[in-house]
Amino acid sequence: MADPTTDLESLLAAADEGVALDGLLVERTDDGTYVLETPESREAGLEGEEIERALESIPSLVSNWRYWDAIGGEGTARRAFLRWCERAPPTEDRTLEDEPLEVPERYDALEDGIVREWGQLRITGELVDGGEGERRYELRHVDDADRAREELERQENPRDARELSTYDGDGRYRPLKTAPTLRSGWVFPELSGRELVDAVEFFYPATIANWHRERRGELDVDHWLETAERQTGIYDVIDELPREAVDWMAEACCVDSQCLRRREWEYEEGDELEPEGGDGPFPCREPCSLVVAAARKWAILESEAERTYELEFTTSELNQLAELIDAVADGRTDEIREADVNDGANRYRARYLRAKRFDGDGGLEATKRE
Amino acid sequence: MQALVVAAHGSHLNPDASDPTYAHADTVRETGAFDEVREAFWKEEPHFREVIRTLESDEVFVVPLFISEGYFTEQVIPRELRLEDWDPEKWDSEGTDASQVTLEAGDADKTVHYCGPVGTHDAMTDVIVQRAESVTNDSDVGEGVGLAVVGHGTERNENSAKAIEYHADRIRERDRFDEVNALFMDEEPEVDDVTDFFESSDVVVVPLFVADGYHTQEDIPEDMGLTEDYRLGWDVPTEVDGHRIWYAGAVGTEGLMADVLLERAADAGAELGNAVERVRAMTAGSDDAATDEPEPKAGN
Ligand code: SF4
Repeated sequence: MADPTTDLESLLAAADEGVALDGLLVERTDDGTYVLETPESREAGLEGEEIERALESIPSLVSNWRYWDAIGGEGTARRAFLRWCERAPPTEDRTLEDEPLEVPERYDALEDGIVREWGQLRITGELVDGGEGERRYELRHVDDADRAREELERQENPRDARELSTYDGDGRYRPLKTAPTLRSGWVFPELSGRELVDAVEFFYPATIANWHRERRGELDVDHWLETAERQTGIYDVIDELPREAVDWMAEACCVDSQCLRRREWEYEEGDELEPEGGDGPFPCREPCSLVVAAARKWAILESEAERTYELEFTTSELNQLAELIDAVADGRTDEIREADVNDGANRYRARYLRAKRFDGDGGLEATKRE
Repeated sequence: MQALVVAAHGSHLNPDASDPTYAHADTVRETGAFDEVREAFWKEEPHFREVIRTLESDEVFVVPLFISEGYFTEQVIPRELRLEDWDPEKWDSEGTDASQVTLEAGDADKTVHYCGPVGTHDAMTDVIVQRAESVTNDSDVGEGVGLAVVGHGTERNENSAKAIEYHADRIRERDRFDEVNALFMDEEPEVDDVTDFFESSDVVVVPLFVADGYHTQEDIPEDMGLTEDYRLGWDVPTEVDGHRIWYAGAVGTEGLMADVLLERAADAGAELGNAVERVRAMTAGSDDAATDEPEPKAGN
C-alpha cells in the first residue's frame, strides 16, 4: 500500500520529465521551481515546500497519478482496458461510447463502485479503503448482479477463470469462449488491475487486444474470403461455400444469441453479410476456428444437388417439422415440458411422428421425383 | 520482456485435450522465468492467429506442443502466427533436428523465436523414461523390463515415426531397460502385437502423444488387448499373453514436459535463470501436472 509521502517524492521525481495525467500537470522548470496546473488553477514558481503543500491539498489527483504510474504500460491494451473500467478519459481512442469521468467525479463514483459489462462479465472497480488511490476490482457473472457476495463461490486466482469457462451450467463443454453460456454463481472479490486483465483474458481470450486495436482505428479485419482462401489441408474446401451460404452461416453461428463477439468480418471488402454483426463491446476480426470447422461441413453439404421429393404430411405435421427445427436451433428442447403435447417439439409428439412417418430404414418415407 | 507461447492443437469436442497444455504452462508460470506465458491453440482460444497481439513482451518464444515436425509445425502454426519469411528450410532439419528460427510477426512489432516441437527435443527422452517410472511407481525401473515407445506410423506423417525411433534409440543406448522397441499404430511393427516383440515379462508401454484422447485411451488399450472395451477401463499392469503390460497413457501428461518447453526456449536464447532446475525439482517423479494416472480413465 502506498505511503503518501513517498507518493509526493516519486511524483516530484517524475516532474523532472513532466507529469501530465487526468488534469494534473506538474513540471520542473530550469530554475528548479515547479509549475502546477489542475483543472481549477495554475501556479508557477513553486519552491520545494510550496509545491509539496500545494500537492497535499489535491490528494485525489496525486493518488490517481500514483495508481496509473504503478499500472504503467503506456499505450498497452491492458492500461486502456483498466481506464475504460473506471470511465477514465481515454488518451488515444477515437471512439467514446459514454461520457468520461474526471478525477473528482470518478473518485466519488469509485466509492460506490463503477460497474462495467464485458460480455457476460460484470466488473466493479472500487477504491481500496485508505489505500491512497489503490483500486480493486470485483468480477462476477452479469446474471449475479444482485446476489450477495457470500452466496457466490469465491475465486482468487485468475487462472481459475479457465476452469469456470470450460463447461456451461449443464456441464457441457464450451468450445467457443464467447458463447453466451458462461455459467454463473462465482465471484472474484478482490482482483488487482493486472489480475483482472488476466482473468478477463482467460474468460474471453484476445478480446481486450482486439478491442484496443479497434479503438485506435487499427483493427485488422480478415474477411471471409481471405480467411477461407488461406486454409489448407481438410479446410481447403471452405472457399467453395456459396455466397449466400456464408450469410446463413453467420446467421447460424455469429449473431448475439450464439456469440458475444461483434462480427466485423464480411464476405469481402465492400460485400457485407446480411445478418447483424451484434452489439458487444469487443469485435470479431476473422472467422474463428469453430466457424471454419463448421464451414467445411457446409461446403461439403452444399456441393450436393437439390432434388424434389414426394412425401405425405398433414398440414400440422409439416408445421411440426418447422417447430422441431426451431426448437433445436434455439436450444429450447430442454425447456419443453414432458406432457406439453401442444408443443410440436415435445418428445412424445416427435416420437409419434417418427412412429407414423418413418419407414423400415429409419428415415422419412419419401419418393424421389425424376 | 520475454514471453513464452505454448502452441497446441486443442479440441472443439474434448475438453481434456488442452489439460496438459495448461498444466505445463502453469508449471512454467510458477518459475517466473517469463514475463508472460500464454497457451495458444488451433481449435481453442486464444487461437494461434490472435495470441501474439495479447503480449506486451517484444521477445516471444513459441514452442509447439506437438510430437513431430510436419504439417502443423511447418505450415499451420507459422502461417497463422503470420511469421514473415518463414520457410521450413530454415529449420534445416532431416525430420527431428529443428531447433529454432528467429522471425518477425506480421501483426505486431515483435521478434518471434519459432522453436522446434517438444517431441523431438533430446530432453523428451528423459520424459519418456520418467513416464515409465511414474506408471510403475519405481524410480529405478529398467532391469528385467522392456519398454515400448508407441506412435502413429508414417501414414499421416513420415517424421512421426522418425521421432519415435529417435527416442527409442536413445533410450536403448542408455542400457537401462532390457529391451526397447518402437511400435506403431498403422505400420509394422504394430502395437497390437506388443507381446511378440518382447521377451521380458514386464513391458512398459509409453505412447508418444501430447494429450490423452481417442488414440491413447481407446484405440491402443483395446488393440493391445488390455481390455475388451475401453469404457470398462483396464488394470495397470494387465496380464496379456504371459506378459505384464504397464500402460502409461500419453507421455505428454507427464509433469516433466514443462522442462522440454523450457529447454526449447533456452536453445532459442531465452534467459531462464534457474528455472530449469526448479521445474525439474517441481516435477520430479510426479505426473500430477495433468492427470491422475495410472488410474485409467474411461474414454474421453
Ligand atoms: S466467427 Fe462468429 S462465432 Fe466465431 S468468434 Fe467470430 S462472431 Fe463469434
